[in-house]
Amino acid sequence: MTAPMPVIIGVTLAILLGLATFLTWFERRLLGLWQDRYGPNRVGPGGILQAVADGIKILFKQDWIPPFADRGVFVLAPAIGMMTVLLSFGVVPVTAFWSIAGTLNVGLLFVLAMMGMGVYGVVLAGWASNSKYALLGSMRAAAQMISYEVFMGLSVLGVVMQAGSFTMRDIVLAQSGLWFVVPQALGCAVFTLAGIAETHRLPFDLPEGENELGAGFHTEYSGMKFGMFFLAEYAGVVLVSALLVTLYLGGWEGPLLPPALWFALKTSALVCLFVLLRAALPRPRYDQLMALGWKILLPLSLLNIAATGAILLLHAPG
Amino acid sequence: MSDLPFILFSLVAAWAAIMVVTRDIAVHALLYLVVVLLSLAGVFFALGAPFAAMLEIIIYAGAVMVLFVFVVMMLNLGQTDRDRERHWMAPGVWIGPTLLSGLLLIALCLTLRAMPPTTGSDTLAPIGPQTVGILLYGPYVLSVELASFLLLAGLVSAFHIGRDTRATGVNSGTATGDV
Repeated sequence: MTAPMPVIIGVTLAILLGLATFLTWFERRLLGLWQDRYGPNRVGPGGILQAVADGIKILFKQDWIPPFADRGVFVLAPAIGMMTVLLSFGVVPVTAFWSIAGTLNVGLLFVLAMMGMGVYGVVLAGWASNSKYALLGSMRAAAQMISYEVFMGLSVLGVVMQAGSFTMRDIVLAQSGLWFVVPQALGCAVFTLAGIAETHRLPFDLPEGENELGAGFHTEYSGMKFGMFFLAEYAGVVLVSALLVTLYLGGWEGPLLPPALWFALKTSALVCLFVLLRAALPRPRYDQLMALGWKILLPLSLLNIAATGAILLLHAPG
Repeated sequence: MSDLPFILFSLVAAWAAIMVVTRDIAVHALLYLVVVLLSLAGVFFALGAPFAAMLEIIIYAGAVMVLFVFVVMMLNLGQTDRDRERHWMAPGVWIGPTLLSGLLLIALCLTLRAMPPTTGSDTLAPIGPQTVGILLYGPYVLSVELASFLLLAGLVSAFHIGRDTRATGVNSGTATGDV
């Protein structure tokens, strides 16, 4: 029933990297649809080979390291960003029998730990670039990601309390009766916002903010190192969607269709939602972003924990 | 169950700790410190404490060290600071601390040898997050409460220092500021 571990790791990695590449085209096409224009539709059927064309182009670009940069850290930073996202997928259970470490008893904490490590990719990129815009971008990233990590951690605590476990597989199994999105609607909303801020996607892409910072933390990056940041961002979108599915939307559970297909369907629907957010919402100011976090999301997530705890205590047997 | 992961993580931790002390560039030293904390988390994991390992990464490597890096980035250290750091690290400076640390190591080894051996590693079971939680709010509830007092005090003082004084000042510009 369970496939051997190297096969699972290999297939997961291949699907993820393929998906992240494909998403670069898919997002632009979807944005085009919503904004009443075409988007990239020339290369291959429907433009699907655009991702391949972009990949080939980016591989043959000159990979330039600025002479004023800190070489070692400059090369390390995109790798950290990519690695932490990929490692987080290790604990996401796709189905009951298909996951790398879905039964790890500190699974959810591992995801939070890797998100915490992901900050270094962005921060070090900005520092190693040794240029003003990059530094400003990475300072924003550090403040934003650390702040939203707090709310992300607090918002999932409701789920942990209801499931009684940090194990991702147990959390999915605990949702066989009712998906956690119903009792934990508040936590789910906070987690979604924190997830967008954590992957610094639009509308919370202040670390990149091209109208004020050039390209933010990756201003000095070129070639495949920039490509790595780019892919890590899309892999991050898939990760946050997969986490939302696992924590709040019942994971692989669903009628009729096979479990893996349910997981894929739910995840891709959420990815489309992320793209829709980008198409629909303007970017807030930086202070507005921080105020939203500390003045609204923090009290809300604390309230969610207190209410969940109280209800669980009232319904506790004995 | 072998001790190999434990030994590997410890070696990485020790090597990275040496690198922390000997780096000229502050951010590099901090990065090696992150490596130390990550390998310590590995040591905890190898010893059967996954919860402590994850907290080590989330809190120390993920939050505290990011703030350190953040501050060092804000300071914008340049070549002069690097030269000064190198000057402080002149070879002669190492002798005293090395002797003292060596003495400490010898004393530590002697003390540890004198202690009776605890149960073997085969009887140790991993301690899951649930057990840790029950223990924290059972026998150790007093220390949890004391730690939360300390954190609250820290929070209040941070608020006091970071408070916007213009908003409460008597001669503030709030009345005329919008002109």
